[in-house]
Amino acid sequence: MTDRTLLTTAVLLGTILQTGCALQPWVKPYERERLADPIMQFSRESLSEKHFEHVRNVREGARGATGVQGGGCGCN
Amino acid sequence: MCAKAHAAPPACKGVAVAATDNTTHARARWGLLRHLAALLGGVLAASGARAVDLPEDSGEALFHSYNGGGVSASGPALLVRKQLADKVSLSASYYVDAVSNASIDVVTTASPYSEQRTEYGLGAEYVYRDAKLSLTTTSSKEGDYTANGVGLDITQDTFGGMTSVSLGFTRSNDRISKQGAPEFADEAAHWQYRLGVTQVLSPRWVMSANAEALADDGFLGSPYRVARVFGAVVPERTPRTRSARAVKFRLIGDLGTRDAVHVDYRYFWDTWDIKAHTAEVGYSRYFGEQWLADTSLRFYRQDKALFYSDNATTETTYLSRNRQLSSFDSIGLGAKVAYKLGRIAGTSGLKLNAAYEYTRFKFSDFTDIRTGAPYAYNANVLQVYLTATF
Repeated sequence: MTDRTLLTTAVLLGTILQTGCALQPWVKPYERERLADPIMQFSRESLSEKHFEHVRNVREGARGATGVQGGGCGCN
Repeated sequence: MCAKAHAAPPACKGVAVAATDNTTHARARWGLLRHLAALLGGVLAASGARAVDLPEDSGEALFHSYNGGGVSASGPALLVRKQLADKVSLSASYYVDAVSNASIDVVTTASPYSEQRTEYGLGAEYVYRDAKLSLTTTSSKEGDYTANGVGLDITQDTFGGMTSVSLGFTRSNDRISKQGAPEFADEAAHWQYRLGVTQVLSPRWVMSANAEALADDGFLGSPYRVARVFGAVVPERTPRTRSARAVKFRLIGDLGTRDAVHVDYRYFWDTWDIKAHTAEVGYSRYFGEQWLADTSLRFYRQDKALFYSDNATTETTYLSRNRQLSSFDSIGLGAKVAYKLGRIAGTSGLKLNAAYEYTRFKFSDFTDIRTGAPYAYNANVLQVYLTATF
């Protein structure tokens, strides 16, 4: 990604976010009952996810942006 | 570090930019940084209506097992979390990998071996109004590899609790040695910088976007692995710097009948010219009051690194036959079940869980030199664990 593309993306993202800030939250707290259910969470069980993450990190070239916090890998 | 790193970590780039902002190029980047800082400042300053939650007091005890391609790894793992004064949550974890390695690399160039990796982790989470600060440290040790890392993450709820913004970084250092070669000693340093946004879209849909910049510097290969040139075996030569980016988008939707669906996509690219796509779809559903089942299907595909070769026909500065850097794809099918045992043994909730994933790896340019055919294998991951809340 070139710097120009990065700059354009950031400006677009900024514009969208700033436009968003002018809006009112459209999902009220009392409407979020379903969102609080465990099946609606991006991350549920730390150890299980950490193990799957480790299994993939030592076999695939890609890593990162999974939302699972990583530490030292120790994978040679 | 900045001077020698070809693929400098982002923090070093920031410093470099500040020092040389007399060029148009640098001014544009400095402007971008200021714009992002102002933007994030505005977002972080906004006050939300919902507090960020501390994790509840809990414990997890897990047994994990991996078996595939001649490698088996298994062991226990433990995690406990405890709140202090409703403001801070402390956590401690312990994780063991007992590895028995007879992979294709090992059986074709060396002897099978066994080793154990032990990892300890400590963490603290602190909540102030709608912000949560997390500090984590990990220390991992095996016979020829030690790794220590520290991570810091900040999450801020904003926009009436509909949006969460998170920023984080991890820094880790590895020390690498080689069994049977006391003269070999090397190091590696890793940086990870991440930014994430979680957005409630409707009473039933939520999405997240995560981006991460990763930079590695130091010994990034294996002191044991070999490459092939004209069929002859030579030690692999891996670059000492690597810079990578990853973006991931996730979407979860409630389907209205005590079930939910999720879709994930990640794109990864780096300075070694690896480009990888990961896509996953999954479905979760409750059965009665006590059972929860999850299924998922995951696709992964990557292009090889510039210096990867199954059997090189030219001499190059860097050369590797690490199949993790080759062109391959995999498909994984996973299932999980959780059974609520209820409030027993002094807990407020005890759950028994089991997870299984079957994965098929297919390599397009890694030859099984025993048969002459492209290499492929199946892997099985199994987890059995108890989760308790107090």
